[in-house]
Amino acid sequence: MSDIKITVNVDEYLALNKFEVDEEQAHIELVENPDMAEFLKLVRVCPAALYKVDAEGKTSFDYAGCLECGTCRIACGDTIIKKWSFPGSTMGIEYRYG
Amino acid sequence: MSDFDAIIVGSGCAGAIAAYELAQAGKSVLVVERGNYAGAKNMTGGRLYTHALKQVFPNFEDEAPLERRITHERISMMTPDSNFTIDFSSDDMLVSGQDSYSVLRGSLDGWLADKAEAAGADYIFGIPVEELVKDGNRVVGIKAGEDEMTADVVILCDGANSLLTKEAVGFERPRGSAMAVGVKQVIELPASVIEDRLLANEGEGAAWLFVGDATKGHVGGGFVYTNKESVSLGIVATISDLASADTPIYQMLEDMKAHPAIAPLIKGGKVVEHSGHMVPEGGRDMMPPLVGDGVILAGESAMMCVNLGYMVRGMDYAIAAGMHAGRSAVAALDAGDTSAAGLGGYVKALEESFVLKDLEQFKRFPHFMESTTRIFNEYPAFVRNAMNTLFIVDGTPVAPLKKSMMPHVKNIGIINLLKDVWKGMKAL
Ligand SMILES: Cc1cc2nc3c(=O)[nH]c(=O)nc-3n(C[C@H](O)[C@H](O)[C@H](O)COP(=O)(O)OP(=O)(O)OC[C@H]3O[C@@H](n4cnc5c(N)ncnc54)[C@H](O)[C@@H]3O)c2cc1C
Ligand code: SF4
Repeated sequence: MSDIKITVNVDEYLALNKFEVDEEQAHIELVENPDMAEFLKLVRVCPAALYKVDAEGKTSFDYAGCLECGTCRIACGDTIIKKWSFPGSTMGIEYRYG
Repeated sequence: MSDFDAIIVGSGCAGAIAAYELAQAGKSVLVVERGNYAGAKNMTGGRLYTHALKQVFPNFEDEAPLERRITHERISMMTPDSNFTIDFSSDDMLVSGQDSYSVLRGSLDGWLADKAEAAGADYIFGIPVEELVKDGNRVVGIKAGEDEMTADVVILCDGANSLLTKEAVGFERPRGSAMAVGVKQVIELPASVIEDRLLANEGEGAAWLFVGDATKGHVGGGFVYTNKESVSLGIVATISDLASADTPIYQMLEDMKAHPAIAPLIKGGKVVEHSGHMVPEGGRDMMPPLVGDGVILAGESAMMCVNLGYMVRGMDYAIAAGMHAGRSAVAALDAGDTSAAGLGGYVKALEESFVLKDLEQFKRFPHFMESTTRIFNEYPAFVRNAMNTLFIVDGTPVAPLKKSMMPHVKNIGIINLLKDVWKGMKAL
């Protein structure tokens, strides 16, 4: 991914967390074909590393490991984040330590 | 006739305390918390300054789930190849009401919610409040799931990522320069290992903040707080600045853990949780109106938090604001006027307390940090060079200190140094 260096696999850390994933609906949605410069901001600020760009430059986002911090909403709420809501009842992250 | 005297959105530090105060006064209170239990959605650094909690629960030391009493304040300036640490301890840190403890929100928030429930507050867990019910400009209730419930006063204690303050008081989503993102891991270690590595007595521990390489020179810093049998290790970085960094925040965290000054501290430890949360850091000028007709904002929903680099404070503000919100709501309910004017006692109480005085006092600080990026780059390097000059002995004849230090100072520029010190003092 051009100039952004990543060696850590955050997915392994997220696997330690307790999640109840809402398979029915995505609580965060991006616009179609998001602007790359905006997307790269999210790559840098999302603490769960859910915004990814692969070797071919293809972007992907998976709401399943979301920590519900709202950072992407603040960073790109008026650009490429189309929808930001909380997961449905009883769903989402469940911190045991916090 | 409303369903409840008061409805409180969110059971973090502010919400549970507000509920406790109202229930204690005999009011009917409903708390709606979107987590399946209090604390399920919450994360903090964490260290709790106890003075505010002591006002509400004078005997909290016997009951509250506190981790370790903080007896060491550590601040480090870090470059990739060096680390300079100040370690301060004093007997004054041990005086009840001016001491502080590390905490974990899973247990702390559960305890606070239990207090509110025991006092008589009703709780609904696991459902987010999606909308407010309004009658013209006045907030008269909430919508959660299928249900609509009304109250004479609604208290928003829904934290830094509130989705309701716009509807309540017209507060627009804050900008990325007024908000930071925090990432943290809880790393388990045996109690004796923590005490040995931190030079702390049993039950005591350290609050340790890192400036410089933890954020790769970006605005923010790293932190370590010692818990009973774990350390909380993380990074806080201003969103607008981080958005253009070369390194994503989770990679900063991983690199910080591998830094030679930190790796030995967590060696053999097991990561048990990876969390993220925002920190408001815009100060007094970025705050929304604190009351509207039928509604009060308390805690981080109103951006009551300060991030000074060497200290993050939000929990004691949230507790104090929750207390005042609860007490002022009781007075307004008794007077039969929960309009914005009727709830004005809350604003007045906060203005007279440390909460708004502090937020006013530190309001220039976020701008100072952002505009003084030398703190995160040049100064840690300057300290490294100066300390190398002082401590490294290689047999070369020693030059007078004034002469050997001058080049390092010149690198930054004396004028810059004096300007930054002066600006920093003004901002504090
Ligand atoms: C990395 C980091 C480090 C920090 N370090 C420190 C520190 O060392 N010391 C310190 O004092 N402070 C620190 N803080 C700040 C501190 O954690 C906060 O100031 C404090 O938690 C704010 O309390 P609150 O009650 O306002 O909000 P929260 O504690 O966030 O509570 C908000 C509650 O509302 C609930 N909620 C939100 N929306 C809804 C909804 N729509 N419906 C129902 N429920 C909802 C949430 O689930 C949550 O329980 C730190 C913060 C971070 C992120
Ligand atoms: S809310 Fe936080 S964790 Fe979830 S996708 Fe946005 S930035 Fe990532």
